[in-house]
Amino acid sequence: MSSTGVKFYQVGSFAVGNRLLDPELRSAQSEQGRANSLTSGHRACQGCGEALGARYVLDAAMRAAQGRMVTVNATGCLEVFSTPYPETSWRVAWLHSLFGNAPAVATGVAAGLRATGKDDVRVVAQGGDGATVDIGFACLSGMFERNDDVLYICYDNGGYMNTGVQRSGATPPAARTTTTQAVGDEPGNVFGQGKDVPRIAVAHEIPYVATATVADLRDLEAKVDKAMGMHGARYLHVLVPCPLGWGSASKDTVKIARLATESGHFPVFEAERGEVTSVRKIRHQVPVEEYLTLQGRYKHLFSPVRRDDVIDRLQAMADRNIARYGLVEEVL
Amino acid sequence: MLQQVEGSKAVAVAVAASRPQVICAYPISPQTHIVEELSRMVKSGELRGCEYVNMESEFAAMSGVIGASAVGARSYTATASQGLLYMVEAVYNASGMGLPIVMTVANRAIGAPINIWNDHGDAMSQRDSGWIQLYATSNQEAADMHVQAFKIAEELSVPVMVCMDGFVLTHATERVDVLEQDAVDAFLPPYSPRQLLDPDDPVSIGSMVGPEAFTEVRYLAHMRQLEALDVIPRVAAEFAAQFGRDSGGLLRSYRTDGAETIVIALGSVFGTLQDVIDAERADGVSVGLLGVTSFRPFPYEATHAAVQGARRVVVIERALAVGAGGIVAGDVRIALTGTEISQRTVIAGLGGRPITTTSLREMLGRAVRDELPALTFLDLDTGVVDRELRRLHPVDRFADVLPQT
Repeated sequence: MSSTGVKFYQVGSFAVGNRLLDPELRSAQSEQGRANSLTSGHRACQGCGEALGARYVLDAAMRAAQGRMVTVNATGCLEVFSTPYPETSWRVAWLHSLFGNAPAVATGVAAGLRATGKDDVRVVAQGGDGATVDIGFACLSGMFERNDDVLYICYDNGGYMNTGVQRSGATPPAARTTTTQAVGDEPGNVFGQGKDVPRIAVAHEIPYVATATVADLRDLEAKVDKAMGMHGARYLHVLVPCPLGWGSASKDTVKIARLATESGHFPVFEAERGEVTSVRKIRHQVPVEEYLTLQGRYKHLFSPVRRDDVIDRLQAMADRNIARYGLVEEVL
Repeated sequence: MLQQVEGSKAVAVAVAASRPQVICAYPISPQTHIVEELSRMVKSGELRGCEYVNMESEFAAMSGVIGASAVGARSYTATASQGLLYMVEAVYNASGMGLPIVMTVANRAIGAPINIWNDHGDAMSQRDSGWIQLYATSNQEAADMHVQAFKIAEELSVPVMVCMDGFVLTHATERVDVLEQDAVDAFLPPYSPRQLLDPDDPVSIGSMVGPEAFTEVRYLAHMRQLEALDVIPRVAAEFAAQFGRDSGGLLRSYRTDGAETIVIALGSVFGTLQDVIDAERADGVSVGLLGVTSFRPFPYEATHAAVQGARRVVVIERALAVGAGGIVAGDVRIALTGTEISQRTVIAGLGGRPITTTSLREMLGRAVRDELPALTFLDLDTGVVDRELRRLHPVDRFADVLPQT
């Protein structure tokens, strides 16, 4: 397992200034001619991780596709906050069909483009974790299995936020949602459940699978760029904190995403054709508790009684990720 | 070219001659022979310029053709029964977005109890889905109507279901004038979409519409489907002018002139009923037959006109609205508004039970003597159902309808 190539970071910060990068490495957002795919005026909450992620993903994809791109969107927050008729925030060709069929629609779009001689037009599909991990999973797996020429992005905020913060197959254990409430002996979502779709995607041996977060937008853009340089089924799973569902401050979205990776709670890696090819190493490892305490959905682990037993289990899960992916650099 | 050919193959050849650009397929009996044949034609190179995609479910198959149609590709799929029900959410989505998809429904019963044989319960469940529904009486008409369906769908930007009786038609080998490419090319122009998902002119398709405009969107969909009442017969006339035979249209009348009793039916039973009508007429009974080809939109005015002068109509239904009775009967009732014509409903052929001329003639005899109840189940095994009703319920509840024991 090789580690990711060294990226240029400013000293003391995880952000990287465009001025310090070579022009070809600069963010799509820094370009005057950027697509502005998800433009201003949409109705996402303040601090929405999904809106931030989608903007960076699609602008990077549009740059890679030189504007020759269409998008398919599953039902969910991203669709609802962007297209209340007669308004639209999309400046890309955009199609929304249903909650559970975005991968299949994208398959059809790709087939239709080939059949009509528009082979140069690229297809990007996107949805939240409910659309991806749960209701659309069969369509996603089918699209993977056929190796259809689609880049699918899952914006994972760990729940059905659009319908009022219900549990999904991507909700982490112990997290409070409106269907896994902080009551009873085991408050919040139960342990031993949930679906690790990035690993399932890897098991399909598709050309490219990667995870990313909105804490490292250069990394996210680089992965979009890499995915767009390939053909066949590609999957990008992006952790996008949700201030509403997570009970976190709008200003903390990026910080929480960073703590998710720095604690090992959310592993960031790339895989090609069934093999993990790189991981994003943890730079300053933190206990998972630091990640938890900024979020109201874990408040019941700290008050009225501190639940060390539950916190320890969450730490053990993070430690397992760290071991599985080799997230911490061995000190020689 | 006249050939002795299976119905599914005749349809596959007609679909192929319509030059579909994307076919999304998922197997379900009795539709499978159609997509198998199309698969072979694409893979062998007989059908060029077509992407054939094996999807993972009917829901995905309909979703796939939604995507393909949205980027301007002529798109086709086929299904039946449980498969149609499994794709329902996408069926409504396709019509809601005005995508001119053509789909064959090889009509088959819906379970439980699971049953693979023919009735119209599947397509009838999609009565209000916003799709045009055309019912074929023969394999020739099934093949012909697919070519017409693409023309109708694309002119109106409304999806079309071509319904053909499962097994009875799909698996029946009979003489069909198999459509040839040049002739179909002359009839059916290339697809020119009304709206397109196109990076050169990016639009948002499928946005959320609230109370302020939803009624208007639905009203416009209704008006557009009503337009089909003009387009369907016009396309059938164009087809007749070029191919020299009647296929499709709204209604099909057979010996209705001066008929006291008119039987109304959909699908392949039309052929059986023609024989019945001939036999009855030979016996001096004044009966006629009206086939409903376009179930959606329902041709109320044309039906009203077609039954003028009759004393009674008998609607033969190959589906059952549990708790209500007939389905087509409701539409016929509306069409009869303002007339003195009495109406009887006969549920027949559910789950593949053969509809025989003997049973039909016996039923018609009772109808013309005004002895037929408002709702009749043809060839019902009364021994079985009476026993079950007695076993399950207090006897007195059914005292009026059950024979005394």
